[in-house]
Amino acid sequence: MLSVVGGLFVGGLVLALAQSLGYFPATGETAFSLVHYRTVCSDPEFRSAFLLTFVLAAVATMLSAVLGFAVALAVRDLRWLQPVWRTLLQIPLALPHLAMAVVVINLASSSGLLARLAFACGLVHSPAEFPSLVNDRYGAGIVLSYCLKEIPFIALMTLALLVRIGDDFDMVAQTLGASSWQRFRHVTLPLAAPAVLSASLMVFAFLFGAFEVPFLLGRTYPAMLAVVAQQKFMNADLAQRPVAIALSVVISLITSVLVWLYLRMAQRMVGGNNPESFLLL
Amino acid sequence: MNGSIRKLRNLTAGLGIAGLATVPLGLLLLWSFARGWYWPALLPRSWSLRAWEYVFSSSSGVGTGLVTSLGIALIVTLVAVGMALPAARALAWHDFPGKSGVLLLLLLPVLSPPLAAAMGVHALFVRYGLTDSVAGVVLVHLIPTVPYTTLMLAGSFARFDPDYEAQARTLGASTFAVWRTVTLPFLAPGIAAAAVFAFLISWSQYLLTLLIGGGQVITLPVLLVAFQRSGDESVTAALTLVLVAPTILVFLVASRFLRGFSGQHKNG
Repeated sequence: MLSVVGGLFVGGLVLALAQSLGYFPATGETAFSLVHYRTVCSDPEFRSAFLLTFVLAAVATMLSAVLGFAVALAVRDLRWLQPVWRTLLQIPLALPHLAMAVVVINLASSSGLLARLAFACGLVHSPAEFPSLVNDRYGAGIVLSYCLKEIPFIALMTLALLVRIGDDFDMVAQTLGASSWQRFRHVTLPLAAPAVLSASLMVFAFLFGAFEVPFLLGRTYPAMLAVVAQQKFMNADLAQRPVAIALSVVISLITSVLVWLYLRMAQRMVGGNNPESFLLL
Repeated sequence: MNGSIRKLRNLTAGLGIAGLATVPLGLLLLWSFARGWYWPALLPRSWSLRAWEYVFSSSSGVGTGLVTSLGIALIVTLVAVGMALPAARALAWHDFPGKSGVLLLLLLPVLSPPLAAAMGVHALFVRYGLTDSVAGVVLVHLIPTVPYTTLMLAGSFARFDPDYEAQARTLGASTFAVWRTVTLPFLAPGIAAAAVFAFLISWSQYLLTLLIGGGQVITLPVLLVAFQRSGDESVTAALTLVLVAPTILVFLVASRFLRGFSGQHKNG
């Protein structure tokens, strides 16, 4: 039964490997070769895509981890309203990434809400003066869109763990005279760190291969990896296809290493994250 | 951290969360009802139903897109749950060599868009006439949904003691009776949750639909990107709300099924 389930995915991967390794009859290629992988590793376009993807995914993950953790701590302290905050945090999680990208365009483009607020505050006088965060050089809109989705994600994952831990340890430390900083540094942080780190690993692995947000909010060049792969694959020039497939195999390889690391981490964690929560990314 | 800093932090967090929850939907609602919301107005000056009338008119193609999206998502959900049930059962109740490898294989397509697999099957789909067709899109949507429902259902099976089935069988129940009166009622909430999430994965899928559907299978996400590229903010916002409505609804109803987020049981 599992073989049926895995068939499409594993079969697809095997076919992808074959096509990227030189079996691509559509262009008359039938001999084994690593040339497409060499292209992926050496072409400057791919290099800049790797760099951009790595940096943007890392920045968005770190921002989401720090802010998500802070939100989780705050919500833990807001005891009586907790169910309300939890429900509110779930709303951005429910938005598909495509929808969040549309929101970011309305929010952060040069005529978006942020630009209008800047005008109202007298900071800019025309849309052209506002640094648009959509299709911008630094990928700021992409990071913003990811943060809006992943801060609530990391916050809820961490919050679930904080609630499970309870405040017994915290109270013991308080009884022993620990200051609130000491309690945070030596009690809460070590207890919550595995949850925050493993959730961040999931987020990073997801962002590394993500497509929709950079597709709508990014530039065509340099583009993020999944976008480059899609552009090459759907190019009218069929000769680009094996290269696109090679690139997507490389993305899959990197993601698998990250997921493997996550699984190793989750196994050693008591009360770790559920695989189900992957969908919520 | 002293009291006032803590208060400030909680206030900031509270405002932040309220903003995260209300700004995206609020902005979309405003845009969808705005008439000519030009720079630098902070709020629309006048209102209009134009965007909504257009979205619900037959010329926009949203109606057809809705039917296509719904049809694909429903078939995907049925097939995914049907395929996942036996797989989840095996995964939850039996230990076999390479189980952690299987887990990794199941997590992969869930976590990252299965770009390589979809590109790999593309040539095969071309040969069998499955590209640019609804059938092909359904097949490729199964790549992320089947593993996802398998993982979710494995969680439900793991909480179900196989001895219940054995007891019912001892009492003379047939295999079908055991399944219908013992196993199924226990698993029903888990199956419902898995089905709902399989539906949502397919419903909001863009990349796989584009790769295999080749722009010929027009689902709502495909339409949304086309509208966004055309530059009409109001119509884009209205269609985004159509896409988002079921996901929000389902989330608020189904999120309690997600054990990871319930966090109510202290030793859970």
